[in-house]
Amino acid sequence: MEFRTPMRVGLFVTCLVDLMRPSVGFAAIRLLEGGGATVFVPPSQTCCGQPAYNSGDRKDAKALAAKVVAEFEDCDFLVTPSGSCGGMIRTHYADLFADDPAMAKRAETLGAKTRELTDFLVNDLKLESVPGRFDGRVTYHDSCAGLREMGVKTQPRALLAKIPGLSLTEMAECETCCGFGGTFSVKFGEISTRLADNKCAHIAASGADAVVLGDLGCMLNIEGRLRRLGNGKTQVLHVAEVLAGERPA
Amino acid sequence: MQVASMHFKERAHVNLNDERLQSNLRNMQAKFVGNRRASLVELDDFEATREAGKAIRNRALENLDVWLEIFERNATARGATVLFAETPADINALVLEIAARHRVAKIIKSKSMVSEESALDHAIEAAGLTVVETDLGEYILQINNYEPPSHIIGPALHKSKEEVADLFHRTHGTPVKSGIEELCLEARGVLRQHYLTADMGISGGNFFVAETGSVVLVTNEGNASLTTTLPRVHVAISGIEKIVPTLEDVATLMRLLPRSATGQSISNYVDILTGPKGEGEFHGAEHMYFIVVDCGRTDVLASDVREALRCIRCGACMNHCPVYQNVGGHSYGWVYPGPIGSILTPMYVGLAKAQDLPAASTLCNQCGVVCPVKIPLPDLQRKLREHAFEGGLRPWYERLGLAAWSWLARRPALYAMASRIAVRLLKSMGGRAGMIHRMPLAGGWTAGRDMPAPAGRTFRELYQQREGARR
Repeated sequence: MEFRTPMRVGLFVTCLVDLMRPSVGFAAIRLLEGGGATVFVPPSQTCCGQPAYNSGDRKDAKALAAKVVAEFEDCDFLVTPSGSCGGMIRTHYADLFADDPAMAKRAETLGAKTRELTDFLVNDLKLESVPGRFDGRVTYHDSCAGLREMGVKTQPRALLAKIPGLSLTEMAECETCCGFGGTFSVKFGEISTRLADNKCAHIAASGADAVVLGDLGCMLNIEGRLRRLGNGKTQVLHVAEVLAGERPA
Repeated sequence: MQVASMHFKERAHVNLNDERLQSNLRNMQAKFVGNRRASLVELDDFEATREAGKAIRNRALENLDVWLEIFERNATARGATVLFAETPADINALVLEIAARHRVAKIIKSKSMVSEESALDHAIEAAGLTVVETDLGEYILQINNYEPPSHIIGPALHKSKEEVADLFHRTHGTPVKSGIEELCLEARGVLRQHYLTADMGISGGNFFVAETGSVVLVTNEGNASLTTTLPRVHVAISGIEKIVPTLEDVATLMRLLPRSATGQSISNYVDILTGPKGEGEFHGAEHMYFIVVDCGRTDVLASDVREALRCIRCGACMNHCPVYQNVGGHSYGWVYPGPIGSILTPMYVGLAKAQDLPAASTLCNQCGVVCPVKIPLPDLQRKLREHAFEGGLRPWYERLGLAAWSWLARRPALYAMASRIAVRLLKSMGGRAGMIHRMPLAGGWTAGRDMPAPAGRTFRELYQQREGARR
């Protein structure tokens, strides 16, 4: 593939980052620009359509998918600080347009250049160093879609290892779902909370000062449960925030 | 079996708060997950073996009618009788007919999940005959007033050995035992006499082999060997989808099945039974019947979730499912729990009765990555969610919420305005600690968790401001 120099990266911020944690978006921009990319943030972007898709509402999911395709197909890459939204775009968009070959082709093309942020930083930008600083022990929670749809496992750990003063302690069952699951977390709140409980117990047992992760859904779920349990101490940070040295406002 | 899947949430609530069950579930999970992982290292190329397993199952399903005919021809040629059951009632009627023909009074059974679909034991007892389950797990459930199974390969795994000891003490009138070996010996002592006095043995069938007309049984207790060879009559009951073309195929699938199920390289027993006892042969039943069961399977075959029929019933999906691990098998309310049950139950009993099952999943895909025949379980769960949505089975407020969100998300200017208002509102709800304790329409979340309050400005607001300053 031939790329423009510098490569033009479309940042898909995600609706949850836009609403709940803008610092993650700025952290992503800082890291991408630090790696030499030109970052483009389509101003009309909203949601990838996953809530509708996973609730069985194919029509609305399709409409939102078409919107994302149109917004990002001009970029060399679509990069997103979320394994979940990235997985939606890369592995599910084409399926949505199974009855529309022209759109399916466009969705597939976009899917092929869709990357989760840490994966892109490691494997495409080949980032040598990161600006973040962290003094203390962290543990990493593998989000389901990042791990099992996008192959994100070693990338965030490799980047975190570049931060002086940071040490990584793996918790037990770091690959087990935290219980978020989108609308599942509200529809089946009690089960979702129990899964979050198990995750919080593993985080606590790791002795880490912070749990670091790559998806806003897991983040809200884990932080929400930790705080409800009275744990006000363990920080819950997005990997981009740690790597870029951006903290929530 | 009575369907209770519409009560999934209530049942899950009870099971989540049952301390003893929770401890039993934790023990079981650790064993299954650890043993499977350890056993996989024996295979040079697990992924390639999974692909081969998937291909074998697909080949059978693509021409299922043809393979069934070949199976019927070969089984008949070896002296067995092949019968087809379209409905659960047909299974029971066929079994009772066979029993009447051979003047059967007592029936023993080795494990058959398909016979749970039709509540066969109840039908046998209602006809005045005696039935004894010989799989240890099934036996435990039978003497506990026919408690439903909670797992497809270990039906009584929700029970601790103390609970079983107590049950044996009460049922057999023997002193309370404490060791697993003692308990097994006691069950063996009780069951042995039944093998010798039964007129008919009923088994399930892990595979029906088309080229030989055989049934393959994969077990660990040896009870299936006795059940199928000591009584005069053997009836093997299994689904139409359990057909595999050749014995060679069985060999490949057997590399996957025990490892995925219990983490064994091979199960303690593998029986391949072909036809009744022949002339000069020492072992075997005098009469052999196959009951090949549809009960909704052709509908699955014709549907967009047909890949579920590849299932070889190893149980790995439930063993690895974070929801199953916490709510246990009984929450699912029918024969097949866990991820595979969340597809099969709605398809066999009707989506309206079981629509919570495909919804009660985080779509984490742990099931999909362990499935030995690569069934894309989360994709199939999503398909059934689509059917529920399109069939008008979802509540109005959920439909309205989704429609409103999608409508707004397609209108960026309006969305920007609405989200600005929303984040300010949410920030104010979060108070000094920045945590929202209660939220309208999200009680399911805030009952057990806080919602971290947002920063108060959206990313797009802040970004516009920053870009403006940069220029």
